[in-house]
Amino acid sequence: MSASVSTRRSRASRLTYYRLCAIAGRLVIYLLLIAIALLVIMPLLWMLSTSFKPKPEWFTRELHWIPLTFTWENYQALLNNPNTPIVRWFLNSLLVATLSTIATLTVTSLAAYAYARMDFPGRKALYTLLLATLFMPGMMFLIPNFLTIYRLGLLNSYLGVIIPGLAGVFGVFFLRQFFESIPKELEESAEIDGASKFQIFYKIVLPLSKPALATLGILTFLGSWNDFLWPLLILRDRALLTLPPGLRTLQGAYTSEYGLMMAGAVIVAVPVIVIYIFLQRYIVQSVASTGLKN
Amino acid sequence: MTTTLTAGRKGRRRPNWWVPYLFILPHLAFFALFIGYPFFNGLWISFHKFDFLRPERTEFVGLQNYLALFTPGNIKFNEFWNAFGNTAEFVIYSVPPLVIIPLLLAVLLNTKTPGRNLFRAIYFAPWVLSVAVVGLLWWWIFQSQGGLINYYLWELGIRPPRWLSSMPWAWISIVIATIWWTLGFNMIIFLAALQDIPGYLYEAGAIDGATGWQLFWEITLPMLRPVMLFIVIITIIASFNLFGQPFFMTGGGPAQPGGGGATEPVMLRIYREGFERPFQGSAAAMSFVVATIMILISYVQFRIFRQRT
Repeated sequence: MSASVSTRRSRASRLTYYRLCAIAGRLVIYLLLIAIALLVIMPLLWMLSTSFKPKPEWFTRELHWIPLTFTWENYQALLNNPNTPIVRWFLNSLLVATLSTIATLTVTSLAAYAYARMDFPGRKALYTLLLATLFMPGMMFLIPNFLTIYRLGLLNSYLGVIIPGLAGVFGVFFLRQFFESIPKELEESAEIDGASKFQIFYKIVLPLSKPALATLGILTFLGSWNDFLWPLLILRDRALLTLPPGLRTLQGAYTSEYGLMMAGAVIVAVPVIVIYIFLQRYIVQSVASTGLKN
Repeated sequence: MTTTLTAGRKGRRRPNWWVPYLFILPHLAFFALFIGYPFFNGLWISFHKFDFLRPERTEFVGLQNYLALFTPGNIKFNEFWNAFGNTAEFVIYSVPPLVIIPLLLAVLLNTKTPGRNLFRAIYFAPWVLSVAVVGLLWWWIFQSQGGLINYYLWELGIRPPRWLSSMPWAWISIVIATIWWTLGFNMIIFLAALQDIPGYLYEAGAIDGATGWQLFWEITLPMLRPVMLFIVIITIIASFNLFGQPFFMTGGGPAQPGGGGATEPVMLRIYREGFERPFQGSAAAMSFVVATIMILISYVQFRIFRQRT
């Protein structure tokens, strides 16, 4: 009798012990997650903090995360210096990224639809050829493509920055998979009603593909906005630069003017971070899905 | 009547047979110009002494650009293999943490804890930044004067090294910046793969009395094998393309006694050979050698992983 009571009690205490362990474990995981989140965010906060500090505070002995005197003077100095026309760079970046996105979506969706739904001689061979180039390292094309742009007279032009990206195969591959998942019946009944292939594509398939087009559009815009090496090679005039090669110019123009450089970095980073905050789910999902498909 | 109709149809081509070609034409034209043609044009250039600003001086040199890269003692040999060795070093330093850390983060996040979407979003955030922002920011963080890292090291009573201008600290700085920038990408892919592992496997394991650690080794890791192959390959390729971080943070330095920069990756070497110096033929040869090695490495990895599964 007493033995059974004691086992029951010990079983109860063992249960609370396990529950306590589970709570403690969860607490440890939370603390770990928070600590890592802080480590990830800190560099960005430091960038922001430096950009609002006046020059004497860049090198102080003690660490101040919040500027002792908050100032816009780094941003003002940057905006007023004609040698680093950052407003112009911002507009250049916006133009290049927008045009790249529109052109890529147009060119790739047309091709992807043909590869997904139309039957024509050479289709399989061409598509296999496209896929095979996915595995080729991009550096092989750097020098010859630079020369092609040069011979076309497009060096130092936005077009020269934009058009090589339109050869990309990833978008075709990505959209084709989506188009194939759309039920065929809609297109077939439209065809019976006498719609042309282009009408079907434009009026039925594209509206149904908004999520896929949005995903590809976001990735293309981010890629173009952030691209560094290609615009660095193509754009020679200071006024024509996009923001990432512009940051390189800042690094060269202001020796140890860290506040100004961080102000420049903030100007480049803020638009993508704003896009990320609003479209975070799309971006994260698109990365996850591209990974799994491969 | 019917027979004549079908016979007639057979004789003619299908109407509108050209429509599909019209759809693929724009993409195919750009593809031919910027992926197809440069493949052959690049090979052609690599067999020449070539400077695009002086096309009249173009001279066929056969395999000379390649031979220079494989002749010990040749200055191009030293420059190229120093840079190639640097890139290989970076691959070795960066790939293990870029696979292990994201995997552990994905496992931590693969629970039903509230707020996990917020953490996922934060960890992934640096990936959306340009390499120019990342390079400039970490260059500032690792500065000896006013750098953030050194504040904390002095606080702890540790005498900080000269991060960006001494070895091995320059590599460590570049690897840390790279991990911060790209860990979210691999984490997201691991996380998606973890969510695809059926829950009953863990339930069965738990009934058999397996510990959490055993579940991880016996169920999670084997189930992740295909995704692991994908991540290892794309991470190696990405690390092979290292360019922007040393470009902003170290300029390829510090200089070595034997010549060449200690953190100058092969992409930066190609850039300097082809765009700061007038040797596009040699630069094209270098990029073909590196590309061939990269393709071979991915192929071998693919075979190894295939055999094991």
